[in-house]
Amino acid sequence: MPIIDVQNLRKVYPVAVKEAGMKGTLQHFFRRTYRNIEAVKQVSFSIEPGEVVGFLGPNGAGKTTTLKMLTGLIHPSSGHVSVADYRPFERRNDFLQKITLIMGQKQQLLWDLPALDSLRINAAVYNLSDTEFRQRVGELAEMLSIQDQLRQPVRKLSLGERMKAEMLAALLHRPKVLFLDEPTLGLDVNAQTAVRTFLQEYNQRYGATILLTSHYMADITALCDRVLVIHQGSLIYDGLLDGLLEQFAPYREISVEFDRTQSIDPATLQTYGNLQSLEGCQATFLIKSDELTQTVTRLLNTLKIQDLTITEPPIEDVISQVFATGRT
Amino acid sequence: MRSFRVARTLISVYYAYMVEYRAELIFWVLSGSFPLIFLGLWNQAAQSGDLGFTSAEFARYFLAIFLVRQFTVVWVIWDFEKEVVQGKLSPLLLQPVDPVWRHFFGHVAERATRIPFILLLIGLFCLLYPEAIWLPTPYACLWGSLTLLLSFCLRFLIQYTFAMLAFWIERASAIQQFWFLFYTFLSGMVAPLALFPEPIREFALWTPFPYLVYFPASLLIGLPVDLTRGLVMMVAWGAIALLINRWLWQAGLRRYSGMGA
Repeated sequence: MPIIDVQNLRKVYPVAVKEAGMKGTLQHFFRRTYRNIEAVKQVSFSIEPGEVVGFLGPNGAGKTTTLKMLTGLIHPSSGHVSVADYRPFERRNDFLQKITLIMGQKQQLLWDLPALDSLRINAAVYNLSDTEFRQRVGELAEMLSIQDQLRQPVRKLSLGERMKAEMLAALLHRPKVLFLDEPTLGLDVNAQTAVRTFLQEYNQRYGATILLTSHYMADITALCDRVLVIHQGSLIYDGLLDGLLEQFAPYREISVEFDRTQSIDPATLQTYGNLQSLEGCQATFLIKSDELTQTVTRLLNTLKIQDLTITEPPIEDVISQVFATGRT
Repeated sequence: MRSFRVARTLISVYYAYMVEYRAELIFWVLSGSFPLIFLGLWNQAAQSGDLGFTSAEFARYFLAIFLVRQFTVVWVIWDFEKEVVQGKLSPLLLQPVDPVWRHFFGHVAERATRIPFILLLIGLFCLLYPEAIWLPTPYACLWGSLTLLLSFCLRFLIQYTFAMLAFWIERASAIQQFWFLFYTFLSGMVAPLALFPEPIREFALWTPFPYLVYFPASLLIGLPVDLTRGLVMMVAWGAIALLINRWLWQAGLRRYSGMGA
């Protein structure tokens, strides 16, 4: 039974429209006009307990709006949403005990106090005993390697340390469902790796369900088998990360190094596939996946070839191509 | 039990938070010393004519006003407005405790940090106006303290209700500034209500303003006030504010878009 179930979820925002210039400003002052923006359009998906799912989309695609509806921060305009058997926007205490939302660069810790003080508030709010509090802080701080920093004022911590402390605060009540919005935004490579490793460990240790948005594909490839792709408010892909490549980039790149004795005619090479480049004895083709075996056989049988490599297109390129064209 | 623990933790953590701003606290306390300026003005006026109050009574009155204002100062509207406009309300909404309690106990904790500075100013005042020193009766202590507490709650509740308008107009503090105009004149902060013309005084007593300052201050220094009417008015205005507050809160949450978050 899915822990997150979303059916035909839709969110429409009224947005004030203002023309540029003084005339527009005066019109805006006396008669404000609004335009309805459909941020999320009839989105449906479900997630099973323990899954780690990547939520991809360009800026303004509707990812954060969907996360806000899943956590109950905003009310959907229509559709059905259920998380851990609760309707999120009712914000029942039992529901709030089971979820958390971690937003990169957004903080809940008190800036001028050590993180431990904010953690004490969370312990009281989530009704943890002193023993539970100490045990959980110790356990999470060890997983995050942040034991020594919890007694320093938050403002004195580095960005990476602060993010780890934020994660500790957000996970102190041991939620079963984690919503993460750009958790590694702005972090250096080491800190990004540490956050990814921690999330993997948290998922394995507590069987938590994770829905994660990130602009860093490394986050997605390291953590998620399954991805949801949203574009202009509509879900355009729901499936395995590998399947995303098959659906949106059903081709492979073949790089060939010819023998020096081989005469090279670009017109002839074009008959093998989409010739991308030709420099000296090096040629690169884009070949459809279903024609790959046949093309490689033809190349090897008819031309003198010293070396041949087949590569998948980088996932970043595929994703940006999908976002750029909005192809479904 | 959990509520008590949440309250205790919030007070102790926010006390530590406020102590971080110990230098700023001196200026916050001094910024509330308006009544002491009015005291100078009224003191002069009392010496030049019969106003029904002696210089010592004026001094006592404005010291009581100063004390009440120090213990009832509220700034929740500015904090809440920022939370709504910048989306900082979002993480607070995801916790199983109403965000109002963080604000409320933050205010309570701040009171405690003010006390040393208030005592210092009172000491200075007593040096300047020794004739104004008085010993409150047990009755004055009991009802003065109780109504002071109620005044703080009422002022917090009213301002927090205005703060709810941040869901719609985003600069709800503008309404608070407008409200402050009436508060200044009708609360007894500028002059004792006893000196107001009868119709204006009677009108003022039907509004919440005198119960935010004049009423507890008068009880503290033993000026004659209608205790029952005052308590009924405080509870009635509190109930009205609470009803409107909860209605606006529910309606506001439906409108909230978690901007910037």
